Amino acid sequence: MRVGVDTGACVGSGQCAFLAPEVFDQREEDGVVELLREEPPEDRRQAVLRAARSCPTHAIRVTEP
Amino acid sequence: MVASLPTGRRAGRPFDPPAGLAELRERRPLSRLGYPDGHEGWLVTSHALVREVLADRRFSARAELQHMPVPGMPEPWPAEPGVFGSMDPPEHTRYRRLLAGRFTVRRMRLLTERIEEATGERLAAMERQGPPVDLVGALAQPVPARLICELLGVPYDDRERFQRHTLDLFRLGASPEETAAAYTTVHEYVRELVAAKRAAPTDDLLSDLLGSDLTDEELVNIGFVLLGAGLDTTANMLALGAFALLEHPGQAEALRDGDLADDAVEELLRYLSVIPFTVRTALEDVELHGERIRAGETVTVSIPAANRDPARFADPDLLDLTRASGGHVAFGHGVHQCLGQQLARVELRVALPALFRRFPTLRLAAPAGRVPLRTDMIIYGVHRLPVAWGD
Ligand code: HEM
Ligand code: SF4
Repeated sequence: MRVGVDTGACVGSGQCAFLAPEVFDQREEDGVVELLREEPPEDRRQAVLRAARSCPTHAIRVTEP
Repeated sequence: MVASLPTGRRAGRPFDPPAGLAELRERRPLSRLGYPDGHEGWLVTSHALVREVLADRRFSARAELQHMPVPGMPEPWPAEPGVFGSMDPPEHTRYRRLLAGRFTVRRMRLLTERIEEATGERLAAMERQGPPVDLVGALAQPVPARLICELLGVPYDDRERFQRHTLDLFRLGASPEETAAAYTTVHEYVRELVAAKRAAPTDDLLSDLLGSDLTDEELVNIGFVLLGAGLDTTANMLALGAFALLEHPGQAEALRDGDLADDAVEELLRYLSVIPFTVRTALEDVELHGERIRAGETVTVSIPAANRDPARFADPDLLDLTRASGGHVAFGHGVHQCLGQQLARVELRVALPALFRRFPTLRLAAPAGRVPLRTDMIIYGVHRLPVAWGD
C-alpha cells in the first residue's frame, strides 16, 4: 500500500500518530502530520486504514498499486 | 418536526443518550428541530451524517450564526480574537497551527509520568481520608485541573480565582448576569496572568506564545479557552467513567490490564459521550440526505446518538472495553476536532486504571439512582460520586 498526506488540510489532531505511530508523526512546531513511511509494511495495513478513516479532515490517502 | 432537543435521561439509565434520540436516528436521522428562540433548524443523529456535517466546510462554526438548541445558553456573539473554536478557516487555521504543536501525541505521552504522580498524590490523599469520599472532588477534578494549569503556566494555588467561576460558565440556565460575572472574573484573572508573564516569562505555553505574533488580547482569550476546556471536560469523563465501571463489574478488569487500556478509554469515550452536541450553520443551501438545508439554518449534531449508531458499532448500547471502538465522534470531527484529545486520552488511561488498581474493592457509597447527574450543565457527567472501599 502507498500512503499520501495533505499537510494543508491537516489540523494536527494526532489521530494518525496515535493509531499508527510507526507510519505517522507530527511536526514539533505546528502539530501537522509527518509521513514516516510512504510504503508501510503489510503488518501495519489495518492501523493505517484505521488512521485514514479516523482523520477528521480526510487528509490521508491510501492507494493500492 | 421535533419540538425541542431531547435532553432528559431515562430513569436508571444514566449512561444512555437522552431518551428519544435512538428512535429519531432510526426513523429520521435528519429531522427538523425547533429551537428555543423560535428558529426552525435541524437535528442530525446518525454517525454517518454527523461526520458528514462536521467535515463539510459549507457548515460554519461562527458563533454569531448559531441558534442554540437548549434554553438557558448565553446568546452567541461574534468570536473575540483568539476564540478559534467559533471561527472558520482560514482564521481558525492560524490559531490551530500555533497551538497544535503543543498538544501532539508525542508531547502528551511525555506527560505520562507527571500524570501518574498527580494521580498518585490524589489516591494517597483519598486513602488517608478514608471512605466514603466524593470522587469528583478527590480525583476527577484535581488531576486534569493540575495538568492544564502546569501546561499553561497557571499557578494551581490560584484556582479559587477561576475554577468555580469556570464551572458557572458551563451551567445551563445561569442568568445573563451570572454568566457575565463569571466570564469577567476568569477573564480578568487570565489578563493579569498574561501581563505578569510579559514582565517575567516562565517555562510554559502562555509564556512561549508571547514570542509569537499574537496580541495580548488574543493570548488572554486563548488562555481563557484552554483553561475552561481543560478544567471541565476530562474531569467529567473520569467521574462518569468511574461510575460506569462501578455499574459494570467485570469491565474494570479490562482496564487494569495495561495492554487494553487504550481501547478501553476509546470505548468509554464512545459510550459516555460527555459533550452532548455541537452546532453548525449553513453558509449556503446544502443538499443533505434528500433534504435541502437553507443558508442560515442551524444543524445540531447529537454526539451521543452518533456514538450509539448500530450502523457503525455492533451492539452499540453494550459497554465492551475490549472492542475496537475507534471512529467514535466523542471529540468531534472535521477541522474543530478536539485540540486537547491527546491530553485527555493520556489522563484517562493513567488515572482510571490507577484508581481501580489502588482500590480493587471500590464501590458506590450511595444508591446509583441517587448520584446527582449533570443534566443542568452543558457538559454531561456527575456532580458528585460517593465511593467507598475495603470491607
Ligand atoms: C474527554 C475530554 C474531552 C472531550 C470529550 C472533548 C470534546 C471536544 C469536542 C466534541 C470538540 C469539538 C467541538 C465542535 O466541533 O464544535 C472539542 C473541541 C476542542 N477541545 Fe476538547 N474535549 C475534551 C478535552 C479537552 C481538553 C483537555 C482540552 C484542553 C486543551 C480541550 C480543548 C479543546 C479545544 C481548544 C477545542 C476547539 C478546537 C477547534 O475549534 O479547533 N478539550 N473538544
Ligand atoms: S489524523 Fe489527519 S488531521 Fe490528524 S494529524 Fe493525522 S493527518 Fe493531521
